[in-house]
Amino acid sequence: MGQQSRFLKIVALLGFVFLYAPIVSLVIFSFNESKLVTVWGGFSTKWYAELFRDPQILEAAWVSIKIALISATIAVVIGTVGSFVLIRFKKFRSKGLLSMMITAPLVMPEVIIGLSLLLLFVAMQGVIGWPGGRGMMTIIIAHSTFGAAYAAVVIQSRLVDMDLSIEEAAQDLGAKPVRVFFDVTLPVIAPALLSGWLLVFTLSLDDLVIASFVSGPGASTLPMVVFSKVRLGVSPDVNALATIIIGIVSLGIIAAALQISRSKKHGAER
Amino acid sequence: MSQQETHQGKLPGAALLGRALHRIGMRGRGLVIAIPVLWLFLFFLVPFLVVAKISLSEAAIARPPYLPLWNWDDGFLNITLNFGNYLFLFDDPLYLSAYVESVKIAAVSTVITLLVGYPMAYLIARSAPDTRNILLMLVILPFWTSFLLRVYAWIGFLKGNGIINNILMKIGLIDEPLVMLQTDFAVYIGIVYTYLPFMILPLFANLVKLDQSYLEASADLGARPITTFFTVTLPLSASGIIAGCMLVFIPAVGEFVIPALLGGPDTLMIGRVLWNEFFSNRDWPIASAVAIVMLVVLVIPIMLLRKAQAAEAGAK
Repeated sequence: MGQQSRFLKIVALLGFVFLYAPIVSLVIFSFNESKLVTVWGGFSTKWYAELFRDPQILEAAWVSIKIALISATIAVVIGTVGSFVLIRFKKFRSKGLLSMMITAPLVMPEVIIGLSLLLLFVAMQGVIGWPGGRGMMTIIIAHSTFGAAYAAVVIQSRLVDMDLSIEEAAQDLGAKPVRVFFDVTLPVIAPALLSGWLLVFTLSLDDLVIASFVSGPGASTLPMVVFSKVRLGVSPDVNALATIIIGIVSLGIIAAALQISRSKKHGAER
Repeated sequence: MSQQETHQGKLPGAALLGRALHRIGMRGRGLVIAIPVLWLFLFFLVPFLVVAKISLSEAAIARPPYLPLWNWDDGFLNITLNFGNYLFLFDDPLYLSAYVESVKIAAVSTVITLLVGYPMAYLIARSAPDTRNILLMLVILPFWTSFLLRVYAWIGFLKGNGIINNILMKIGLIDEPLVMLQTDFAVYIGIVYTYLPFMILPLFANLVKLDQSYLEASADLGARPITTFFTVTLPLSASGIIAGCMLVFIPAVGEFVIPALLGGPDTLMIGRVLWNEFFSNRDWPIASAVAIVMLVVLVIPIMLLRKAQAAEAGAK
């Protein structure tokens, strides 16, 4: 047994090294003086300065953040309503259809989602004259749609775990379904809504393929700009950008973990 | 007097309002259901029908670059279905070999991901709850940082003058740098690396539910740990294995970014072919036909995934 667990530990350790080595190297070489990304030439922060002087990157970052903020919000609304309906409502006609449509985007290859949405937008443009060109609006619709699937996964698992007796108690006390939802269900599942929102926000910020298909000439997102830079080879300012993103994400995760452990302690005290 | 009037006027008003509310309440349920159903129907399901339609039309130099399927001409409805795009796909060996190559690369990567991910998931499921949460967070954390940038990081590792070659040459293991970037090897690494969390999480969810008493019973009956693993643990985690494998395999078949950045010019994956048909050749009907055939290829894996997920949900 001891031998077996040592073997497991070594494999797992190698696995974690495999997961983290590239991320660590991105961070280290973002502070490299040399333009060669893989040869150390002394400490420097010049690539950060260069990054913040690049108007194309800054503009694309702003476009991406706006898209991610709106898409995450729409996705959480659709994901919440979809999950609630699927889990709390008894049979209804489109239940099977909804359950299929809300999970399928999770595994659908991105090229197919991107192409199919673009062709829809072009066809709609021809028939009803909307959405009137492609750009931020079409990217937001695309991201909200696949984001809703991810949000629904997170929210559904919370709804399944939730204690039904609280909702029943509110109903017995005469609360209307709408009030039960807003006063009882929503506060209980709020943490899941938040993590679903954050998940869709990061996915939207990260998406290259779908955005490339449905975007128009006006709107370039951050991944689109990064991809065209990276295609030409490694460049240290991309490392600097990666380090900033990794820093923000790590801070967010640490804050969330602290929050969870504090609320757990709080719960234990009670 | 006037007070009485309003009072009297209010009663039927309130009843009317109540009835109206009641009616809305009855319809409220349908209204609530309609929000997600309509959105997903319009932006997820209908697009596939549009793709299917355009895959049957003829490419043209126009805006949009294809001819309409039907037109109304002097009282005649002309419907032109062009199966040429599909015939073209099966005629040109490029497409067929791209499909075969994609399925092969995705399958091999899935097996490697399983071999790496299973021991990790097993260890995480067996560790104490506090350690478990930290390890799980370590698995999920990379998923939150940019996928594109993590694939980019591998360019620096695998390049001719990259980190791996530099280390190997410094310790004298090799004299010439190894060619790793722009090969299928790099694509395997990229896929395994990116999709490892998708494998570990369903496996963990399955293994953490595994009843320890089965393992103890097996050991008590004299089975060695390795026998117990193959006769008890592995069969019991079958649905977790299938779910994890399909979550890696399905998106990997259509992967674009990884072969585009890490693969060579001869790494033909179907996602890349679709991308080029669309963006470089501007042949929308062919791109649509490529997408439809890809969907057909993925139908069985998707059904396997749904079955495995249903089994997992049932076991809870």
